[in-house]
Amino acid sequence: MDAQSSNMTLRNDHSGLHPCWSCKGPVAEADLFCETCHAVQPPGHIDHFTRLGLHQVYDVDVDGLERTYFELQRHLHPDRFAKKTPKEKSLSQQQAVSLNEAFETLKDPLLRADYLLQVLGEDGISHDHTVNDPALLMEAMETREALMEADSVDAVNGLTTKARRDVRDCVKSIAAAFAEQKLNEARKLALRLKYLTKLLEETRQHKARLVLK
Amino acid sequence: MIENVLLQIHEPGETPMPHAGDEALAVGIDLGTTNSVVAVSKEGTPEVLRDENGHGLVPSVVAYAPDGSAIVGNLAKQLLLMRPETVISSVKRLMGRGLADVKSISGTLPFEVVEGEGMVRVKIAGKELTPVEISADILRALKERAEDQLKYKVEQAVITVPAYFDDAARTATKDAARLAGLDVLRLVNEPTAAALAYGLDQQAEGVYAVYDLGGGTFDLSLLRMEKGVFQVKATGGDAALGGDDFDHAILEYFLEERREKFGEEKLTTDDVKIALVTARMAKECMTENDEGDFVLEFNEKMSKHTLKRENFDELAAPLVERTIEICRNVLEDADTFPDEVKGVVLVGGSTRVPLVRKRVGELFEQDPLADIDPDEVVAVGASLQAEALTVGSDNLLLDVTPLSLGIETMGGIVEKVIPRNTPIPVAKAQEFTTYQDGQSAMAIHALQGEREMVDQNRSLARFILKGIPPMTAGAARIRVTFSVDADGLLTVGAEEVTTGVSQEVAVKPSYGLSDEEMAEMLRDSMVHARDDMEIRLLTEARVEARRVMEAVYSALHIDGKLLNEDERAHINVILNKLDETIAGEDRHAITAMMEELDRETQVFAQRRMDKGIEEALTGINVEKLENAIES
Ligand SMILES: Nc1ncnc2c1ncn2[C@@H]1O[C@H](COP(=O)(O)OP(=O)(O)OP(=O)(O)O)[C@@H](O)[C@H]1O
Ligand SMILES: [Mg+2]
Repeated sequence: MDAQSSNMTLRNDHSGLHPCWSCKGPVAEADLFCETCHAVQPPGHIDHFTRLGLHQVYDVDVDGLERTYFELQRHLHPDRFAKKTPKEKSLSQQQAVSLNEAFETLKDPLLRADYLLQVLGEDGISHDHTVNDPALLMEAMETREALMEADSVDAVNGLTTKARRDVRDCVKSIAAAFAEQKLNEARKLALRLKYLTKLLEETRQHKARLVLK
Repeated sequence: MIENVLLQIHEPGETPMPHAGDEALAVGIDLGTTNSVVAVSKEGTPEVLRDENGHGLVPSVVAYAPDGSAIVGNLAKQLLLMRPETVISSVKRLMGRGLADVKSISGTLPFEVVEGEGMVRVKIAGKELTPVEISADILRALKERAEDQLKYKVEQAVITVPAYFDDAARTATKDAARLAGLDVLRLVNEPTAAALAYGLDQQAEGVYAVYDLGGGTFDLSLLRMEKGVFQVKATGGDAALGGDDFDHAILEYFLEERREKFGEEKLTTDDVKIALVTARMAKECMTENDEGDFVLEFNEKMSKHTLKRENFDELAAPLVERTIEICRNVLEDADTFPDEVKGVVLVGGSTRVPLVRKRVGELFEQDPLADIDPDEVVAVGASLQAEALTVGSDNLLLDVTPLSLGIETMGGIVEKVIPRNTPIPVAKAQEFTTYQDGQSAMAIHALQGEREMVDQNRSLARFILKGIPPMTAGAARIRVTFSVDADGLLTVGAEEVTTGVSQEVAVKPSYGLSDEEMAEMLRDSMVHARDDMEIRLLTEARVEARRVMEAVYSALHIDGKLLNEDERAHINVILNKLDETIAGEDRHAITAMMEELDRETQVFAQRRMDKGIEEALTGINVEKLENAIES
């Protein structure tokens, strides 16, 4: 485990060296384990992307992200520290908490967009309480109506497929907007994604009501 | 791996010196409502510990002898019919429950509960006992069974709890283990433990549902199993729904027939206990047969009752439908459709009821998997996890919170801080403010549950954050942090951000035992409690000292060059002294020597930091350097 754990360290920032709590040797902010004594470190003040070994970009391979998450949990989860000192147990818990938070945020296209905007110094989307995009509002109303009228699984499936496709397209557009540094555009699209995600959820619930009778 | 190699390097006939604590084995315990099981895993092979007749199940029944000693298991179960006033069963239903909770459990209860604050107490054999003490007696019996068979001291255990157990019930379980002299390595959710055992055994991959209907509780967990990862996607259940409720339904049906025949009858708690034995027998009989005749006798009157398939299914249907409804909700929470579920694993004795199998099969559109022992699989999973925690493993259990956690806000509304099905461990913070000028304190009330209003949810704890400096209303920033650890237990902290006034509480009271009560019970239960405590502290000091030594050795290995010969010799002397104190029995000496080592290595530490920074500035990668040293 130790040989692997030093591979797991994400050291791209040498400026913030501080002493390891255990052996007092130098450790970097993003180090999970001390290079010298292999003791687990407190979670560094790094963003979610860095924590999961990613650059600050929107386009994320979710399967790969999940593999990294599992791999990191394999090393950091409190189950790995049952025989260690209370201090190490507590640090492992803090690490696992940070990792869960990072993973839960980045795996979700909407939360990821919101978070990336904030990392880049913009307002997040929860900042807006009202949507003032007339086209979006119109679309929302029409789709809701269609959903209300769908009384067969097939009909709902049709709407689900469309909603899924819309979500996928929207995620692509958001990625493009971020790639081109068009942050306002990304923000607008993220608001659209928020609505599309909600709609997809509603179609699933609607289907569940029909299927699970 | 390394340990194995080390163990082999000894001369034949010579026994290697075990490290302190190595001679102990950690077991897995399924502390069930009806039956408990203890299992152990060695080198990945789990084994249920059985009695001389080959029975793995220990009935969770306790009889109290006149001298106060506890008899647990089959013998106690037999005593139930002879001396019901001294026997208690299904005590798990009372864990972490208040009087009001118990009264809301349907049916006539086979318990005589005592009025009082906090967790209920049961009147049994002329004494008043908490459910925690009674559970501790069961755990003690399991510990003894394990020690007798393994010929090892057993002090550590993984104990399973229903996934849907709330914080109070989890804490109560941990307290019971402490009373029984067991160190709980981890509380694992029952369906997750079952999935671990099943998944490893069957090499299962994909999304699986674990449907666990036992004696007193129901859980449904949806998990993704993949290459050693067991990831719970969603869980749901009812901590007060199980085979016992089927028994109660049958008993009520029989009693109704008796009432028609004999008119009003008064039943004592002891009558109920005995009648429930018959009702359970009737229920279990209906698994194999479509009809049966049963006899009840008390108040010097005998009655005969016939149960047919239709009657039984009618009685069982509302209970089964409740589980099906919960399954639906969990599927919805996990955003999963039945046809995406690759297999349904049945756990718990009550899944033998034909109606249960039928309805579960219909919902998931597939025959449930019955190729596992539904009674033992949970304990087997617990033992695998116990081995994983003590010896190591590549498997990973990722579980979730079963219930949402929230805080009381203005108007008695609950604001959710951590929603249900959030992966644990987790910590979330929420900020609140004061609503009065100069307000110096703030009440924090933590709750668990899905409903909107405070009184519809379960109160976990209340505390008051004091010492907020006077500010105008709305100016203070009070950050409340909820942390849930890997056992699913909550800790709440509150801090006034601008001044740093803070408080942290491990959630306990509402329906728990107070620290004083716990301390008193520990005193009563362990004659050698004090010695035990000393041994524990000594072991902890040794573990800590070994870690410190390892750390210094690692540093010397890499940066030893930063010291001159004298300095190095000096540190070596202290290291040797520390090693000697570890071998001794004086924990204060160990601590003192650790402090000395810390002092005497400070210059070394400083030089290492300086070197690190220098390298960072000149761009030499520490990793490269390390490789160079090693090659
Ligand atoms: N053949 C059977 N038919 C119907 N029910 C059965 C049968 N065998 C056992 N049961 C019921 O199963 C229940 C006990 O199951 P189990 O031992 O799995 O529960 P437990 O683990 O003690 O409880 P829990 O998990 O709820 O704490 C009892 O209610 C018992 O009556
Ligand atoms: Mg069970």
